[in-house]
Amino acid sequence: MVKPKRIIIKEEYCIGCRLCEIYCVTKHSCAKEIIKMYKEKKIASESGICFEEKGSISFAIQCRHCDDAPCLEACITGAMFRDKDTGRVLHNKEKCVGCWMCVMVCPVGVVKISQSEKRVASKCDLCIDREFPACVENCPNEAIYVVDYEGKKITKE
Amino acid sequence: MAKSKNISDFVIERDQNRCIKCHACVRVCANDVHFKDDATSEVASDDSKCVGCHFCEDLCPTGALVIRKNPSETRENAHWKKEYIYRIVRQAETGGIVLTGMGCDRPYKNYFDHILLNAAQVTNPSIDPLREPMELKTFIGRKIDAVNLDDLNWKTTSIDEIMSGLLELEVPIMFSAMSFGSISLNACKAIAEAAKLCGTYWNTGEGGLHQSLYPYADRAIVQIASGRFGVSSEYLSRAAAVEIKIGQGAKPGIGGHLPGEKVSQEISLTRMIPQGSDAISPAPHHDIYSIEDLRQLIFAIKETVDYKKPVGVKIAAVHNVAPIASGIVRAGADFITIDGVRGGTGAAPVVIRDNVGIPIEIAIAVVDQRLRDEGIRNQISIVAAGGFRTSSDIIKAITLGADAVYIGTSALIALGCHVCQKCYTGKCNWGIATQDPYLTRRLNPEIGTKRLCNLLRAWSLEMKEMLGGMGINAIESLRGNREQLRGIDLSEIELKILGIKHAGESW
Amino acid sequence: METKYLIIGNSIAGVSCIEGIRSIDNVGKIVVVSKEDIQNYSRPLISYYLAGKISENSMAFRSAEFYKENSIELILNVTALSIDTKNNTLITNTGNIRFEKLLIASGGSPIVPNIQGYSKDIQGIFTFTSFSEAKKLKKYVEEEKIDNAVILGGGLIGLKCAEGLLEHNIKIHMVELSDRLLSSTLDKDASNFIETVLMEKGCVVYKNDTIENIYSENNKISKVKLKSGKEIETKLLVIAVGVKPETSFVKDTGIQCNRGILVDQFMKTNISNIFAAGDVAEGKNLITEKSSLIAIWPVAARQGKIAGINMAGGSAVYEGMFPMNAVEIAGVPVISFGITAVDNLENYEILKKSDGKTYKKIVLHNNKIVGSIFLGKIERSGIYAGLIKNQINVAEFKSFLLEEDFGLLILPEKYRKHIVVGDGIEV
Ligand SMILES: Cc1cc2nc3c(=O)[nH]c(=O)nc-3n(C[C@H](O)[C@H](O)[C@H](O)COP(=O)(O)OP(=O)(O)OC[C@H]3O[C@@H](n4cnc5c(N)ncnc54)[C@H](O)[C@@H]3O)c2cc1C
Ligand code: SF4
Ligand code: SF4
Repeated sequence: MVKPKRIIIKEEYCIGCRLCEIYCVTKHSCAKEIIKMYKEKKIASESGICFEEKGSISFAIQCRHCDDAPCLEACITGAMFRDKDTGRVLHNKEKCVGCWMCVMVCPVGVVKISQSEKRVASKCDLCIDREFPACVENCPNEAIYVVDYEGKKITKE
Repeated sequence: MAKSKNISDFVIERDQNRCIKCHACVRVCANDVHFKDDATSEVASDDSKCVGCHFCEDLCPTGALVIRKNPSETRENAHWKKEYIYRIVRQAETGGIVLTGMGCDRPYKNYFDHILLNAAQVTNPSIDPLREPMELKTFIGRKIDAVNLDDLNWKTTSIDEIMSGLLELEVPIMFSAMSFGSISLNACKAIAEAAKLCGTYWNTGEGGLHQSLYPYADRAIVQIASGRFGVSSEYLSRAAAVEIKIGQGAKPGIGGHLPGEKVSQEISLTRMIPQGSDAISPAPHHDIYSIEDLRQLIFAIKETVDYKKPVGVKIAAVHNVAPIASGIVRAGADFITIDGVRGGTGAAPVVIRDNVGIPIEIAIAVVDQRLRDEGIRNQISIVAAGGFRTSSDIIKAITLGADAVYIGTSALIALGCHVCQKCYTGKCNWGIATQDPYLTRRLNPEIGTKRLCNLLRAWSLEMKEMLGGMGINAIESLRGNREQLRGIDLSEIELKILGIKHAGESW
Repeated sequence: METKYLIIGNSIAGVSCIEGIRSIDNVGKIVVVSKEDIQNYSRPLISYYLAGKISENSMAFRSAEFYKENSIELILNVTALSIDTKNNTLITNTGNIRFEKLLIASGGSPIVPNIQGYSKDIQGIFTFTSFSEAKKLKKYVEEEKIDNAVILGGGLIGLKCAEGLLEHNIKIHMVELSDRLLSSTLDKDASNFIETVLMEKGCVVYKNDTIENIYSENNKISKVKLKSGKEIETKLLVIAVGVKPETSFVKDTGIQCNRGILVDQFMKTNISNIFAAGDVAEGKNLITEKSSLIAIWPVAARQGKIAGINMAGGSAVYEGMFPMNAVEIAGVPVISFGITAVDNLENYEILKKSDGKTYKKIVLHNNKIVGSIFLGKIERSGIYAGLIKNQINVAEFKSFLLEEDFGLLILPEKYRKHIVVGDGIEV
């Protein structure tokens, strides 16, 4: 199995700005213009991020793309699948019927219920079409970063 | 009636056409400037609380925020300037000393801006640093009086002997004393790691050495200040060098006070004082009233470290700096740190910061000259501190006679500081001058280290260019080489004190 | 080539077994037999099909390529009749198949209780556990323009069926023997919620009741009479009182059965080359620590995969799971885990919270979560499943368990880091 790259979370450096969510939503709404998108309510996706905050600690967590992903086993439609080329756990909104089995078994609690189009499951896809997930690229403090399958940090330089 | 006037230094312009109401600014401002207005559902701000740190401006994903200087003016008056009027208003209300942070911001003459560097033309060639080796390496500590050549047999004075007790710096730039307490542990980590990576040294300040910084202790100059916080024989033995702090450029003659509420568990452990107790550094060391007393302390420390590490003394640049420096050499110090009037601080009374001391440029020149005149310059290294803004300031300082410099403010700026001067509030939005766990996390030391290393690298490259231009290939050959400097717009007395010629005068 | 692996059953347990085998053995020949006639379909989807939410060609959870890529010989329309364990041979209605390793993944079959007046031949009476039944039911509903129906059984399958029928604007009479709907997975409060939602949709629920008599005219159902005396005229009755493990062909083969086939932690039966997984098998229940039937999809998937790995010579241990369920009734999602209703309050601690639209309940035993219910708001409920599975002591953060913003952040740091950083997360 190809191992996916992963997003590592350094909760000690999360500043709680939640920009990751903004950029995730923008990216998945296929918008280039943040302002227009928000102003004209063209938001076509929810963020794949679960943001948690208590006192001074906060972090943003998204699908871990588990090696032994329980959501894959639980999915009754095959909508949740492992992408052979990248090793990611991806989700096909067309196929999904919204049975919430994946919500039930995800130990990280990161499968959301989509409110935007169809009432189906929704989660992080590690930004399929780009090198750096939008959240990682825009985190001002590198509180989230990507590592390759060997756990080596991938940087822009 | 004298009604309190809410003075805002800044106005915040929020372009409502750009604001997407993501509330990032609301969430991050430590001064609670921005808020969600439930009535209008817009994001709004209370300008009077803004300190101008620009954190929100940098973070806003749509560029909707601009922080501007408040254009509101009192009637123009060269003497009764707005800031003085408002300072009086504040003091009339509070009855207290006005505090501030960072270094003196008065428009006193900046001598660096009146000194020009030389370059080689025709008669001696310039050197291309990209092709030729170029050395920025320097050594801090007492140099031996003479190399014993003994019938031209070099072996009698070994290199080890020459080098013993010296700090070896890859670049003549060190990080100045900023204690854990005045800055966050994350900031300390970034600085310490950068020092280690770049082959230079950092200074613990008077706050002791936190356990998590032990890995960087071999690159640490540890301070002993009047409060003697965190000082133990272990502290001394871990360090690379020891610095006795007598004074500081931002507040010569003044002690320090870290209020009890800031003495957290970590700080109490590091400073070795009870949690929650005020950390008071008296104005003088109560055991130092003369050069002889100083000598005693220096040698007590040398005994402890087995004469293996340089021991230095840090003083503020004051009127008598040259004779004091001479005394310090004679007291047995291996290096002297001189902190000029623009030296930074975490907290100082504004009247002291802005009115006491002399510029570092002048202090370097007079100290170097005095020690040469007395024939003791080789016995000590001069480390200059206080407001170095660019690599050319540093080159000029070295040319005036410094061995190396300390940078504080410019290092903090590399870490995010926007010089808002609110360090004393403990609410530094950039996570630097704060202990608030909500704020300190904003400084990711990994990023900080990278940025500091970048800064040192950039300045090194520039310094090599300047050196090469002068036809010099080692920074040590530049030290005190005042012929390479020319003054501009300076009076005769100023030129004399700086020991440099005016522009247009040749050798 | 000789059949190395033979799998009875082509549903999730069987398919997962294929995946398990192929993760280790890429060549050994795999034969799958199924008594059904369709290449692949997801059983839980039949209610969505009935509701008209998905079409027949969206029923598959694995595509045709899956069988091709894994070189599976799929034999449909074949019913296993018995197993000759001495000669490693499966006896079917169309012939014998020899095997080296056998997986029994025959799932369950619907229970049809003895009711007066019932006969297989009466039109208008259905069960609801297979696609073929669902297809027949849908056709019947459409052709006969059904506008009211009786469902016997208010469990998961009955409710799923009701969901489907409601989409056809059918008035539903639901007859349930116990005192509440979904009695095996929900407590009284949550059940009441569901009942209210159903009633708003025009359903009538008869609790503590059952069907005593079925009346038919011209071989077509016309009426049912309840034990309470109530008579309901109807042209449609769905019997959904439960499923039992499909073990009929294991009788007298020497394979040990309780209610389901008994397996060890490797999913192996008492016979060393025969394995069982899914609804037909009795595996370990993590909460009770006893072997029990947990007839749900994720359990079948996990067990099938573990069995496959072990059949192919690998080593994987089934650590056990616990009952869990996700359903959405009239737009209200409900998720439940483990033990949700307890009578003996001495040994258990109950935390619950409701705001009229949502309901959350946590059942604790010795400071560990043994069950919970989430109604209305289900996002992040998986975290609780993790706490149950890993038997995390929650004493320290008990007061946060019901909080709106409950999340990983309040979990003990070590466990949190394990989830965030660790590989191989399983529930
Ligand atoms: C209407 C409905 C809704 C459901 N919804 C959910 C849900 O939302 N979530 C959930 O977790 N679970 C749900 N379930 C339960 C879930 O479908 C089962 O747990 C799962 O299908 C079990 O898989 P299995 O592979 O063990 O057996 P099954 O799916 O029962 O498959 C058994 C296979 O064995 C074959 N077979 C049986 N006997 C023989 C024989 N003698 N010879 C040859 N082949 C044979 C069958 O043809 C079939 O291919 C639902 C079930 C139903 C009926
Ligand atoms: S959705 Fe949850 S279970 Fe599935 S891969 Fe992502 S983190 Fe793992
Ligand atoms: S909600 Fe969608 S993705 Fe999740 S298990 Fe159900 S069908 Fe699969």
